[in-house]
Amino acid sequence: MSIRRRVVVTGLGVGTPIGIGIEPFWDALTTGVCGIKRIEAFDPAGFPAQIGGELPPFKLGDFIPKTYRKSAKVMSRDIEIAVACAYHAVRDAGLNTKCIVDRGEGDGSPNVDSTRFGANIGAGLICADLSELAGALATAKGDDGVFDIRKWGAEGMQNLTPLWLLKFLPNMLACHVTIVHDCQAPSNTVTCGEASSHLAIGEAFRTIARGAADVCICGGAESKINPMALARPQLLGRLDTDSNDRPELACRPFSRNSRGTVVAEGGGLVILEALEHAKARGARIYAEMAGFGAGSNAHHWAEPDPSGKPAAIALRNAVADASLNPGDLDLAVPFGVGITPYDHAEIKGWESCFGDHLHRIPAMTTRPATGYNGAGCGAIDFAAMVLSLHRSTVPPTRNTNELHPDCRFSFAPNDPRDARIRNAATLGYALAGGQAAALIIKRYEE
Amino acid sequence: MDRRVVITGMGWVTPLGHDIEQVWSGLLEGRSGVAPTKNFDASTFPTSFSAEVKSYRVADVIGDAARRHEGASRNTRFALGAAAKAWAHAGLDNFVGLDPTRVGVYLGGGEGPLDFAPFAAAAVRGCVDDEGKTQPLDTVRWAEEALRLLNATNEREQDPNLAAGHLAVYFNAQGPNCNTLTACAASTQALGEAMHMIRYGDADMMISGGTHSMIHPLGVTGFNRLTALSTRNDSLQTASRPFDRTRDGFVIGEGAGILILEELDLARSRGAHILAEVVGYGSTADAFRITDIHEDGRGAIAAMKVALGSAGLTTADIDYISAHGTSTEENDKIETLAIRKLFGDRAAQVPISSVKSMLGHLIAAAGAVELITCVLAIRDGMVPPTINYTEPDPNCDLDYVPNQARKVEVRAALSNSFGFGGQNDTIIIRGFES
Repeated sequence: MSIRRRVVVTGLGVGTPIGIGIEPFWDALTTGVCGIKRIEAFDPAGFPAQIGGELPPFKLGDFIPKTYRKSAKVMSRDIEIAVACAYHAVRDAGLNTKCIVDRGEGDGSPNVDSTRFGANIGAGLICADLSELAGALATAKGDDGVFDIRKWGAEGMQNLTPLWLLKFLPNMLACHVTIVHDCQAPSNTVTCGEASSHLAIGEAFRTIARGAADVCICGGAESKINPMALARPQLLGRLDTDSNDRPELACRPFSRNSRGTVVAEGGGLVILEALEHAKARGARIYAEMAGFGAGSNAHHWAEPDPSGKPAAIALRNAVADASLNPGDLDLAVPFGVGITPYDHAEIKGWESCFGDHLHRIPAMTTRPATGYNGAGCGAIDFAAMVLSLHRSTVPPTRNTNELHPDCRFSFAPNDPRDARIRNAATLGYALAGGQAAALIIKRYEE
Repeated sequence: MDRRVVITGMGWVTPLGHDIEQVWSGLLEGRSGVAPTKNFDASTFPTSFSAEVKSYRVADVIGDAARRHEGASRNTRFALGAAAKAWAHAGLDNFVGLDPTRVGVYLGGGEGPLDFAPFAAAAVRGCVDDEGKTQPLDTVRWAEEALRLLNATNEREQDPNLAAGHLAVYFNAQGPNCNTLTACAASTQALGEAMHMIRYGDADMMISGGTHSMIHPLGVTGFNRLTALSTRNDSLQTASRPFDRTRDGFVIGEGAGILILEELDLARSRGAHILAEVVGYGSTADAFRITDIHEDGRGAIAAMKVALGSAGLTTADIDYISAHGTSTEENDKIETLAIRKLFGDRAAQVPISSVKSMLGHLIAAAGAVELITCVLAIRDGMVPPTINYTEPDPNCDLDYVPNQARKVEVRAALSNSFGFGGQNDTIIIRGFES
């Protein structure tokens, strides 16, 4: 077996519909605030589901050096969210990265070696800015009113800015973040739908453990607040279309009356760090990374395995990696997407790993509060889990008052609970693609 | 001691064909897979040619099983065919005794392709009012059109992780499953990370590599707008000319390359034929600019250096370099500089070739296909040429194996892949020695 260094969590940055940065996020989460409203970014009236989770307003300039403002023009919304999360994460970790030094913040002296600073960022299938692209495509309309590809090739495409493609390559989240914060060590972009953040954080954990980097910024971000991103899950029947007039009650995971999920934008980036590196710079340690496990759905690439096997494999692998017994778990953080067949498969997966122990421990998920933001979901759940452990408080999970009788999770729908948590686990899985991944953290002890 | 990781099977779907030996012969003969684009009407595009996969049907490889995967994207169909061949090559078709939870998938699978016709139709209708006048996009009108025109399955199958999901089902691979999309570096990255998963013990076998087609209207539009593609429409088979002074951009290709990586003890216990050992991997970010490579080759040098370090090798041990060699002005110059800086005096003595001169640039799939050529170079003691090399460039002054394949004993080969956005990945393989 290779060397295995201890890895700890030292920084959290989130951008969610209920708050940007961990303090607003935590306050909202623990008081049961919901971030789901009628969509404002565009007129959703043509869609059956017209609600979503949008980020509170923010200024990108607050998160990048002045010299980088020109590059902000080629950022899609997904990239902007990742850049916002990255700033919050490094500030929270007390890392004086290039961005922080250039902005004249922190104590001004760099405290991370760029060649030992990696990035692993989950991303989605980034949607083009539809107004821009559709407007350009419309210029290639032939005399018959139909799109003419020859006209497009000859002239129409000139209406797109030369750097158009660079807004939408999934690895541009990591590209911008690594430039802004000068992360030159191992870098990756995981594109596994809703499992992306878990896989990215797990891979970063391994990267540091084997000594290939000392610090990694990892997680994921995605915006599904875009007409194309709303059309896709709508076509696939994933959305709650009955809650337009009561958006705060949309997305009811594991419930008898679940009707589907709700789109959102958001994500999270977290700082993982080799323990000795964190200690050497006197960093605050939230928790220690204990286990990572992954599995795949071999039953179908786009439907849940009713037996919950992929989730069970991921969870069992993580439990084994953490050298724990299932009975050692004190907090469960499921994905809880709110789509019944997926929720049922998830219950089975957790149950087959943790058995009766599952209903004895608290559970929470951020989905009803923050919505379904693709590659960003897992990092938000991970951040909530880390804060729960560090603050010995489990936030409530909205919209879980009428759980399905088969649900084995113990949610508190209204109030936070005090709980001393030693070990906590979170699961993410892709709705299509079949990837499943689990992460386990433990309370940090010398 | 780390667990050792070996290659036991390989398969590909390329612009020169779909059989390992037939394509390899073509590469050694210096054949070009470039032709006028047929995937869509590109006749008026600045670039009207590409290296397409021709006459490929996934059912020809996997038979009736193809029906189960109906509706899969072009990327997924490529991946299924390449992986099925790799699986058979590794002697796994009739092998019982694998623990499916210890078999994983790690791909560098591309997104899409976008279902362009209905997308464009909805876009146009969303921008045209009742009088037929063009207006800014009306999302209400667009939504009605899009929900009517777009097909749910086609939309779902565009997700980049879908090919990996299909492979998991086809091979009953229940272990770790992941997809990376670091642009043109993706499949090298996938292979490197898959190696680490086996080394660490997350899995005993990984189906790894990449698959991608960006030969579709918006893919070519994007690269044409970036002026990254060659526009040599009048001499298309000579358009991909890596390291040549007159190069004017890359030629877009498509396809898949899949390798079976497995832990040495497993390979031995099942009597597998070992093709090569994966010994080193390095990944770095330029962290420089979104459009340009770092002018000193900083990230590329670091990736090669990390890979050498993880392999426990030095530059003196490398007998062959499969270059990223895209045929763009910037890449070829800076890749040359990086090799020169890292390899020093030895740089000019190591044969370097770019099979992109023949296959075009398979984007996310490029690295995996190129790694397969490295395995074959080790096996046969032959390295493929860089074709279309006619005019030396003072900025590219190394040995690019111009135009003719060459007999070279290759013990260790290094393969580079660099992606837009400053992503650098290097992987090193070695002929297997117990």
